[in-house]
Amino acid sequence: MTDTPAEQRNFGLVGLSKARFAVLITVFLGPALAIYTLFAVYPLIATIAYAMYHVAPDGSSRFAGLDNFRTLLFDDTWSKPFWNAFRNNSWFFLIHMLVQNPIGLLLAALLSQSKLTGRAAYRTLIFMPTMLSVVIIGFIWQLILSPLWGVSKSFLAAIGMQSWFAPWLGLESSALITISLMSVWQFVGIPMILIYTALIAIPEDFIDAARVDGLNARQIFTHIKLPLIAPTIGLVSVLTFVNNFNAFDLIYAVKGAIAGPNFATDIMGTFFYRTFFGHQLQLGDRTMGSAVATMMFLIILAGLMIYLVLIQRRLQRYSY
Amino acid sequence: MNRRASTFAVHAILAAYTLLALFPIFLILINSVKSRTAIFGSPLSLPGPDTFSLVGYQKVFSDSQVPLYFFNSVLVTVVTIALVLIIGAMAAWALTEYGFKGATLLKLYLSIGIMVPIRLGSVAILKLIVGMGLVNTWTGLILVYTAQGLPLSVFILSEFVGQIPKDLKEAGRAEGVSEYQIFVYVILPLLRPAMATVAVFSMIPVWNDLWFPLLLAPGNGAQTITLGIQQFIGEYVTDWNAVLAALSVAIIPVLVLYVVFSRQLIRGLTAGAVK
Repeated sequence: MTDTPAEQRNFGLVGLSKARFAVLITVFLGPALAIYTLFAVYPLIATIAYAMYHVAPDGSSRFAGLDNFRTLLFDDTWSKPFWNAFRNNSWFFLIHMLVQNPIGLLLAALLSQSKLTGRAAYRTLIFMPTMLSVVIIGFIWQLILSPLWGVSKSFLAAIGMQSWFAPWLGLESSALITISLMSVWQFVGIPMILIYTALIAIPEDFIDAARVDGLNARQIFTHIKLPLIAPTIGLVSVLTFVNNFNAFDLIYAVKGAIAGPNFATDIMGTFFYRTFFGHQLQLGDRTMGSAVATMMFLIILAGLMIYLVLIQRRLQRYSY
Repeated sequence: MNRRASTFAVHAILAAYTLLALFPIFLILINSVKSRTAIFGSPLSLPGPDTFSLVGYQKVFSDSQVPLYFFNSVLVTVVTIALVLIIGAMAAWALTEYGFKGATLLKLYLSIGIMVPIRLGSVAILKLIVGMGLVNTWTGLILVYTAQGLPLSVFILSEFVGQIPKDLKEAGRAEGVSEYQIFVYVILPLLRPAMATVAVFSMIPVWNDLWFPLLLAPGNGAQTITLGIQQFIGEYVTDWNAVLAALSVAIIPVLVLYVVFSRQLIRGLTAGAVK
């Protein structure tokens, strides 16, 4: 009277025939796999495939290999806007890494202090902008920074810095930084909450032991807590990377698909949109659009790989 | 630095940042109920009896189809969440409970959707939706958002399915109850708290999204509130009353919901759902 391990695991399913079991699995898994495959995985693969075709004006398409990518990367009319968007997007990401995540870390460190009164209120209120639509945030800041309304101008005047005011969103030199900071302002809640969660998960004993050893609060933070939350900081970085290189809504809301002034705020998402749908005199191009999307895919994949292979592995080695 | 001074410094920094986070939203809300002269004359003061005006809101509700867009957003979001939860729970149950061959591989397959944004497949998604005749419909958006939300839902719910005590399932099985009945009557009720977390999570990106409405449902009264507000503001860009009111209309429901559910959301976020 010995059951096989598989039967033991599925106690109640012993009586089920193989066919019935297959039906069971299909009923439970089928809907999820069907919708996910058709509307998420297939489109990704199909988009990469489209990128390898040319469409003639009559609508017929033929296989073109890597032609579209060659055009995109090396033909001046395409490569200039492409590299411009890539460069801008890299700055966009860098500003998030240098401003958003450190502020998030600081806020999380302050919030995680024991015996802090009003912690829940601070947490809830600081996270609030993150909940709103990027489009709405874009418009809010556009109004506030507008020279027409003059709110920010009179605000600067109140603290004696009136001469600093400029139409930041309209200037080629400052538009990208301004938009990046708007996005930082909105999303600072995400690193804050994730890092905060990691910080409060650190066992109290560790901290007590360090305190007994005579470390002060700052030393405890840099020598004990920071190494322990390093995996979370890695996760926050890769999330920032994926979200930033996939961004679109904010630039579109504030600057339109043209991403002005003079493409100073053009990032991969807006470049993809213009390529795919066309703008002004340029017609939309499905296959070139697919090529841009494929490049975005590769960039995001590269970021994920760096995270999975390099950062996460190294962090694990240090944390044991 | 002594203890009291450092506590004070902590509160000063947190309070300052809270102010920075809330002030822009507050400024929009108070100015949305002021007259045009007051908006420009004294933007920082609260609306008083002389400056109070609802002219912007009148314009939003008479010249646009905001109530319709709002309804569209509610419908798309609610149906998407329902599908993401039910279909997701079914898949999570099958993947976790029945240790069949390939379950791990399928989990890996689903996790692609957590890491790679579905937007990158937009060219093919649009073609697919056009081919199915679902442009400017709720159905098109719902299908795409369901595909987008499912992976994380399955991922989180699997963790919870794994924690359900064996006795509860075996008791049913011993009495000859079918697997389907066990799922509906035993598992689903137990998953309710986890589903609430998943619901709050999946709701935000759907409600706030601009990209897919712009691509798949840009007109014909099928716009969601985010796209509808974007189009309205584009049209009324010089009418500050209308713009401020439109923004407030978009902000207020989200803020109310957030205040009501913030505890649930933050608890979900801090429960290590994103590992």
